[in-house]
Amino acid sequence: MREQFEVRVNREAITVDDTTTVAAAILRAGVAGFRQSPDGHWRGPLCGMGICAECRATIDGVPGQYTCQRWCRPGMQIVTGAASDGEAPDELEER
Amino acid sequence: MPAVPQPVRVLVVGAGPAGMQAALTAVASGAAVTLVDGSPSLGGQIWRGEQSHSRAAAALFERVRGSEVRLLFGCQIVDAPEPGLLLGAAEGKAEWLPYDRLILATGAREIFLPFPGWTLPNVFGVGGIQALAKGGLPLAGKRVVVAGSGPLLWSVAAYLRGRGAEIPLIAEQTDLARLVQFAAALRFLPSKFMEAIGIARTLIGTGLRTGCYPVHAHGADRLTAVTLRTSAREWTVDCDYLACGFGFAPNLELPLLLGCTVRDGFVVVDEWQQTSVPGIFCVGEPTGIGGAEKSLAEGAIAGIAATCDVKDRALKGSTASLFAERLRCRRFADALRRGFALREELRTLPASDTILCRCEDVTIGRLIGHPSWRSAKLHERLGMGHCQGRVCGAAAEFLLGWPMESVRPPLFPVHVDTLASVVPSREHDG
Repeated sequence: MREQFEVRVNREAITVDDTTTVAAAILRAGVAGFRQSPDGHWRGPLCGMGICAECRATIDGVPGQYTCQRWCRPGMQIVTGAASDGEAPDELEER
Repeated sequence: MPAVPQPVRVLVVGAGPAGMQAALTAVASGAAVTLVDGSPSLGGQIWRGEQSHSRAAAALFERVRGSEVRLLFGCQIVDAPEPGLLLGAAEGKAEWLPYDRLILATGAREIFLPFPGWTLPNVFGVGGIQALAKGGLPLAGKRVVVAGSGPLLWSVAAYLRGRGAEIPLIAEQTDLARLVQFAAALRFLPSKFMEAIGIARTLIGTGLRTGCYPVHAHGADRLTAVTLRTSAREWTVDCDYLACGFGFAPNLELPLLLGCTVRDGFVVVDEWQQTSVPGIFCVGEPTGIGGAEKSLAEGAIAGIAATCDVKDRALKGSTASLFAERLRCRRFADALRRGFALREELRTLPASDTILCRCEDVTIGRLIGHPSWRSAKLHERLGMGHCQGRVCGAAAEFLLGWPMESVRPPLFPVHVDTLASVVPSREHDG
């Protein structure tokens, strides 16, 4: 059995291993809408293969990451809810 | 003193079955081979993350891992600045990739067609939900409607069921008569036939509906139900997830950027898999959607052709059987194309306020009156977002008859710092 560790999805601790993608960790946290489109519609992953860009989120402070293409690593901080261009949620709230 | 001959540099783009086989064959001929892929592991989309129960796949992973092939993962090709040179981007770092011979094994992506509600969270692709499941999405107890077209629906439904999902329905848009014709064509590939029987056994008790397609996904901030239609009726099924994909379209961006001739949506190749550009070969799905077997045969042929002179190729004992295998696979590909041709009704599903371009929220209504992709791109920002038309392109082609005409670099969104890192820094002392 692979070693389990924790990542944080919007500050909630989620137990994963190194075969878990960040997108799957976010879905495990009960989050379906990863980000908002330009007109404010919630979107989540579609293609699962790094093409559609709908699964973007902020990983360790870096916005706009394709979460379906990234493996979880111990202590990763994942934040969802950014605007379509990948800005951090704090910036979004200021609009 | 004669110079030591340098090994021919073969660059293979795409580490799915076609690319892996091409790389292995080329390295066996003594070439210096680099295999590059945008994902973090071997396998491509079909054998994603090196998680496949197929013995052929496992053997191939082991052989590639144990070979002299240089592996470069997480690297997207963004530009082809001059002949013999590609520019990749890996984790924010630019990577120059020089080559003498180039083998394009860029694979395919799912075709998504718009219908009201298709942009809701928890509406995934068919390959998409499988990729997410392999990446750790739990499915136990989830109700998943599987819809769209093609054999992938059945194999993914069987996979999801194996992971504990409930599959209330598989909605296949093609008619039963076409499906039966397709089944008859499985005789070209006995392995496919056995695979189909295995899958069918797993799916006993799951409702397979033919001539059936989704017309509306419901929910506020996430999916709660989907309405399906046949010629006889329309009804709504509650579900947690909808897995929906309408077959595959090849990834043509790089072949187009390199100037390879594309006809009827596929890269044109000669009998040695060489494209219209000398020294550039193309293998697997971009030459015709046919699955892993076709990819393996074409990969092996290109691996030989890229490293051997024409007169030496015939000396390779395996070429005759590879050509025969490829022919069988191409017959299967033809059967696939005919069996799962998309029905006309699918063009009528989007309403005028249904989004076509998800990145830029461009609705179908806004495209009315535009004569071409280019016009809609310039005026409505169609295909101008992060996916750069990779999702809406196939839909626009099917719905509006707008083919992808051209591409321009960068092929993937790339941070300006990454591009800056390849430009020699200059002192500005003015």
